[in-house]
Amino acid sequence: MVIYGVAILAASMIFGVAAGDVLGRLIGVEANVGGVGFAMLVLIFVTDHLRRTGRLCPVSEGGIAFWSAMYIPIVVAMTAQQNVVAALSGGPVAIIAGVLTVAACMALVPVIARVGASDDTAPAGAEAARHG
Amino acid sequence: MDELTRLLAANGLLFAFVFVGLVMLVSYRLSAWLTRGRIHGSAIAILIGLVLAYLGGITTGGSKGLADIPLFTGLGLMGGAMLRDFAIVATAFGVDFAEIRRAGLSGALSLIFGVVVSFFVGAVVAFSFGYTDPVSMTTIGAGAATYIVGPVTGTALGASSDVIAISVAAGLVKAVLIMIATPLAARTIGLDSPRTAMVYGGLMGSTSGVAAGLAATDARLVPYGAMTATFYTGLGCLVGPSLMYLVIRAIAG
Repeated sequence: MVIYGVAILAASMIFGVAAGDVLGRLIGVEANVGGVGFAMLVLIFVTDHLRRTGRLCPVSEGGIAFWSAMYIPIVVAMTAQQNVVAALSGGPVAIIAGVLTVAACMALVPVIARVGASDDTAPAGAEAARHG
Repeated sequence: MDELTRLLAANGLLFAFVFVGLVMLVSYRLSAWLTRGRIHGSAIAILIGLVLAYLGGITTGGSKGLADIPLFTGLGLMGGAMLRDFAIVATAFGVDFAEIRRAGLSGALSLIFGVVVSFFVGAVVAFSFGYTDPVSMTTIGAGAATYIVGPVTGTALGASSDVIAISVAAGLVKAVLIMIATPLAARTIGLDSPRTAMVYGGLMGSTSGVAAGLAATDARLVPYGAMTATFYTGLGCLVGPSLMYLVIRAIAG
């Protein structure tokens, strides 16, 4: 049933967000630390396990696939409620800080992607990656 | 007309589906006709969304863009944090876990560099504009990380409210810019694989910016980028009022 897929997805998210809240409290941060990331990992493990044991039928998968496909329209709805006016009216400090940060971080993408890539081939790197 | 407005407002979420559906339709048509598909339809849709948010913001004076107009409150529900995160988590369905594990090290590295670089760039810009005390520099640097880290750090350090407002604005500029610039810069910075998407998410940090930017670039990369970006805000809130403040104070104070 479709609802099985939706239920698995919703349960994964609640579990992940709860884990993020707990982690945030443990390290004393007033924020949810990686809740969405944990939820994604839970979903990956649960669906993988169910599929391998043959308990996730295509109709149930549809309940997850639907929300995955709704992602871009939801993001468009999200962009339509951004505080764009505040972003532009923050003055030159805010705009220059934002622009320079994005530029600097983008420039680092190829550099850091390369650092990790060289480690991939070595077994030690793979070991570190598993714990990192 | 009044009757229609009331009907649409009462069925806000459904009207939001219709409205976003139309925006997507127009965007994909524009992509095909004007750019022959060279600029992705979702990139155009996201740009239209931002323009609408701006128009909504100047019309109502509110902080939620188009969603502050009563007719469009449904957009607030559709694009709100709950459904947005729900859909982001759903994109993880079908993700290759081996890819995530392989990118684990560079993903962690990108998080550290992303937070530190954002803080320092923001702090240097703040300094050059006359905000020379360590608290203001750290707060504006925190805003350059994300618009959540900014006020969290500023409040913890006791920054003035105008400095906190600047830090939020810096974070918003960053998020909006990531949405627009990601598809444009993707080829130059080699953003074309799950591992680079994870590095990208960790370096940029704004979950909404990264998620929208990657959606406009290549939807298959979204889960990888979103996964690392989601840890960024937590890390920023952790080191902002503590480690980053101490370092910036040691250098500038």
